[in-house]
Amino acid sequence: MFSEPTLKYNCLNYIGKVGIMVEQKLQVTLLTGRTIEQGVGKEKGKASKEYFDACSMCYMDADDMKKLGVKNNTNILVSTPDGSVVLKAVKYPRSATPGLIYVPYGPWANAVCSNKTTSIGMPSFKGTPAEVEPAPEKLVLTMEELLMKEFGR
Amino acid sequence: MTVINSVTCPICGCVCDDIEVTVENNEVVKVKNGCAMCESKFLGYRGEHRLKTPLMRKDGKLVPVSMNEAVHAAAEVLANSTYPILYGWSSTSSEAQRIGVELTEEVGGIMDNTAVVCHGPSILGVQEVGESTCTLGQIRHRADLIIYWGCDPWSAHPRHLERYTSFTEGRFEKSEWKAYMQKLKSQAGQKKMQSAMRIETGGTQPRPQTCSVPGMPQTMSKDGRKLIVVDVRKTMSAEMADYFIQVEPNKDFELMQALRVLVRDEDLDVDKVAGVSVEYLKQVADALVNCEFGVIFFGMGLTQTAGKFRNIEIAIQLVRDLNTRTKFVIMPMRGHFNVTGANVVSAWQSGYPYAVDFSLGYPRYNPGETTCMDVLLREENDASLVIAADPGANFPKKAVENMVKHPLIVIDPHMNATSMLGDIVFPSAFVGIEVEGTAYRMDQVPLPLKKIVEPPKGILSDEEILSKILAEVKKIKSKKTAKKAEA
Repeated sequence: MFSEPTLKYNCLNYIGKVGIMVEQKLQVTLLTGRTIEQGVGKEKGKASKEYFDACSMCYMDADDMKKLGVKNNTNILVSTPDGSVVLKAVKYPRSATPGLIYVPYGPWANAVCSNKTTSIGMPSFKGTPAEVEPAPEKLVLTMEELLMKEFGR
Repeated sequence: MTVINSVTCPICGCVCDDIEVTVENNEVVKVKNGCAMCESKFLGYRGEHRLKTPLMRKDGKLVPVSMNEAVHAAAEVLANSTYPILYGWSSTSSEAQRIGVELTEEVGGIMDNTAVVCHGPSILGVQEVGESTCTLGQIRHRADLIIYWGCDPWSAHPRHLERYTSFTEGRFEKSEWKAYMQKLKSQAGQKKMQSAMRIETGGTQPRPQTCSVPGMPQTMSKDGRKLIVVDVRKTMSAEMADYFIQVEPNKDFELMQALRVLVRDEDLDVDKVAGVSVEYLKQVADALVNCEFGVIFFGMGLTQTAGKFRNIEIAIQLVRDLNTRTKFVIMPMRGHFNVTGANVVSAWQSGYPYAVDFSLGYPRYNPGETTCMDVLLREENDASLVIAADPGANFPKKAVENMVKHPLIVIDPHMNATSMLGDIVFPSAFVGIEVEGTAYRMDQVPLPLKKIVEPPKGILSDEEILSKILAEVKKIKSKKTAKKAEA
């Protein structure tokens, strides 16, 4: 179905003879979109915990998570040429989606979305290349923290 | 305790008008018939995130001010700007949108609505090749083949299937709910068998992959309504479908072109298109041609991926081809409850549905140039007014960065990302809960929104706030003209 996601290994970080990788990156296709949880959260209020929980996460393929050494509900760093953001990785429950990550619409998704409008006013919210790496030690920012970091307000 | 029937839901483009709301002491205590989002809004709209007074940014912080002070400050910003953006308009009434057009014309700015990041490309596609469409009522009663392409109604329009398509009891087409329940039961049985097999084989059985089953599923040859879902991943809606086509990301255009070829009884000289086997597509094309009344609903999976408005254009052309063989229509799955209204009002007032530029004194429309996203990315704006939308949360980072460089006026009931970033923030009443108005459903049918409770004291409607700002802008401008005349 999809082209096999490629792993980029940082050779300097191989430890000892067993070759344990402590850092690796996965090239993926970034999709953003709606989820019912995001819908419920946005109607309750964008400052609500429901909205934060629903939008500061990222659906990933179970096999991709294994390749990356990421467990369910651990944090990852999603990077694109337009920015990077820490999100909680969640296994996509319905099917295998190798090489795809899905982030619900919200300020977290827009921190990494492409703003290329191809001269028709619509940014490329779906189907743009991104890079994922594990970030268990980094924290997912709240909406206030994220807005402060990105826009200084 | 009062029970109010036939309340219109002000959330998504479905605009369900069968909600039953129980009100006690001016508060909604119970909601019947609604979806999860509907309940969340009606029961949670008065939560702690509600804005209670107008706010203005002073020394970097938002502080409460009086309504008059906020109105005057907002009017000053708009009257003194040369190229302001007036954006949003989709979660408010058409009455407020109408005043919005007048205000934008008065200040010589750009009026753009959320369609620009939603179904703007759909509008461009329709302007290229026209559109064959109908109302949701006709689909409910007559459609026997439903296609959801690049959209997940279960997540974004939860009652769409239940009210307008597969799971509704139409006059000529019956509900497929019972058949779906039977399918669920059999799937649950299959899952149990598979998990027993996995335990038996010590977990060596591979995970089932989607779209790996060869041939057409039996459900496609069944009687009654058929449901096809096309998406890049298996969504909940895809699980409900009789047939799910998993297309590769950014390849919808190719898939649709391939279907056009097959619908015209021509041959393809490849085995696979967009990751889907041609044999498979032939059977889908057969199903499309052999239905009596088919409909394609499409969403952001087409408008936000590679091709954008060209995807819509080709989808409409597929529908046109199908209309030579059978009856087919196409409809966008509009997001906000009144984004269709924003397009309709803008079109009837100015001639154009979105991205209307009044800076030359007359309406001008050139998507790519006058779309607010491009204006923001080119940093041409010098002020913004955002109403009934949240670009702070839904625009790419660079666009928001440029928006907050200049004065930002926000009108919204809630403290959302844009309100947090705003310089002047007006709290407004909820349209469809605290004030009445008109909303256009996704099929462009206007429906009345009811007022079911009183708004909190001192909270005005979008219409009233905009009228006040408009009056103040006119006052400031007439003073300026008088001064110039004196000089």
